[in-house]
Amino acid sequence: MVFAVGEIAQHSRPGNFVAIAVGGPNSSMILRRAFAIYRVNEKSATGGTLELVVAAHGSGSRWLSERSIGEKVDLVGPLGSSFGIPTESVNTLLVGGGYGSAPLFGLAEVLKSRLCRVDVVIGASTAGKIYAPLDGKRSVSTMTITTEDGSAGSRGKVTDFLPEIIERFNVEVVYSCGPMGMLKAVNEITEKFKIVHQCAVEESMACGIGVCMTCVIPLRGEDGIIRMSRSCIEGPVVDGSSVVWSAPRSIPGGTLGAS
Amino acid sequence: MIESAFDFRTRFGNRYFPNPIFTASGCAGSGRELSNFFDLKELGAIVTKSIAVKPRSGRATPRMAETPSGMLNSIGLQGPGIDQFLENDIPWLVSKGARIIVSISGETVEEYASLARRLRGIAGLSGVEVNISCPNVENRGLVFACDPIASRAVVELVRKNMGGDYPMIVKLSPDVTDIVAIAREVVSAGADALALINTVLGMVIDIEGMRPKLAGITGGLSGPAIRPIAIRAIYQVHSAMKNIPILGMGGVVSGRDALELIYAGASGVSVGTATFGNPTAALRIKSELEVLLRDKNFTSLEEAVGAAHD
Repeated sequence: MVFAVGEIAQHSRPGNFVAIAVGGPNSSMILRRAFAIYRVNEKSATGGTLELVVAAHGSGSRWLSERSIGEKVDLVGPLGSSFGIPTESVNTLLVGGGYGSAPLFGLAEVLKSRLCRVDVVIGASTAGKIYAPLDGKRSVSTMTITTEDGSAGSRGKVTDFLPEIIERFNVEVVYSCGPMGMLKAVNEITEKFKIVHQCAVEESMACGIGVCMTCVIPLRGEDGIIRMSRSCIEGPVVDGSSVVWSAPRSIPGGTLGAS
Repeated sequence: MIESAFDFRTRFGNRYFPNPIFTASGCAGSGRELSNFFDLKELGAIVTKSIAVKPRSGRATPRMAETPSGMLNSIGLQGPGIDQFLENDIPWLVSKGARIIVSISGETVEEYASLARRLRGIAGLSGVEVNISCPNVENRGLVFACDPIASRAVVELVRKNMGGDYPMIVKLSPDVTDIVAIAREVVSAGADALALINTVLGMVIDIEGMRPKLAGITGGLSGPAIRPIAIRAIYQVHSAMKNIPILGMGGVVSGRDALELIYAGASGVSVGTATFGNPTAALRIKSELEVLLRDKNFTSLEEAVGAAHD
């Protein structure tokens, strides 16, 4: 969906997200929904616009997807951190899982404009959960699609294909977004190859502005101390090597203040 | 147009506040993030996130689940500990001119005493909120506010250690059979005021994963879903103790909601979960409340407190 947002567009970078109130003024859905920005157009016919990929799988996103053209919504943004863009031309690989791959296409365009080589791997459990628009291919050298059930592209997980692609294209920087389990698996590979990994994390979030402390992930700071850090402020884009990839639903040992 | 005289002030213990709209503990951090959106002086007071003796990592994630007209949280009192808090947060809040109520939380009676001692003599504070009712602790037996004897023990020790410079507001849980009995115990142990209510213990099960949605299994329910529970608790306690000021909270999202709590007996109203949906919610609620009170021909906030009682 495309949103006319005026000046917000020119401040938006790949990896940033927006938070939208859903359900109208008497909504029983009291929290905003967070959406990664898919693409930005600073100078469309209607001024600055943002494009978001809205998968209508919950009542909030369904409400949003049912809005008609011209209707107004309450949107705040851009929020959070963005992907670091290399200052020189490097070989990059973008890895996306399911609908989480949306921000990669805007990122691919920016990287391409910096003369980077861009390869993409998009995976999901099944074909219906792949988000890979045809025009997204314009900015990329190769695009590999994987599904766990083999219903589209190659059968397997994205990580099954990464080592080969990294070696073949001499990849120097990996960007990823998608479920935490996938990001963790990608990070194991980037550590093995000793290459940079920037990932956009996903965690249940209430406020998006840093006050509620629900969306935390364990990050190791420059001082070596592990802290439960807010993915809405320190993230969503973080350095994969700074994340302490603990077992799900646990606090890693050694985290500041862990009991 | 000539503005008619209207007294929006409220009082807790020996302190006056210019208006009755406060933040709710745990819903505004220590004010830094909200200060990007408005001047913290505009609020009656900032009630800080509950602070513990040592740094706390809090619970594992997921920590949040949205529910109809509400949400569950299972943070587990993540925070930097009192040393960092006194070094970084208090001086910053003082520099912003905010009125500060520090919320404290301990795992033992001794920890509350030690926190109260640390706050003694700190310049710039307007009050202490003693949080004895956080539901997100490993052992529900540790929720002091569920037990009148444990509540009394904490409040007596805090009273002894914090001195009388500013008011002590004790935050109670609605998850008890007789909240008035707990309130009486806490007041007779030395509380100047009560904060009603903390979140309500709740749970959500993820039907895909067939497991509790929250890593902490249970969480605290907040938002408009709990407002009737807050109104009930405030009404009951105010009926029993008309002279004890109540800082009311529980699902307030509009001036109308704030007025409902005030009619039930609240002298102040904290805004919590509404801030998550809209960072400036507290300011909007403040102005809506003032308009409502003036429209209803009140000349002061005080006149409206407890107006729903005979």
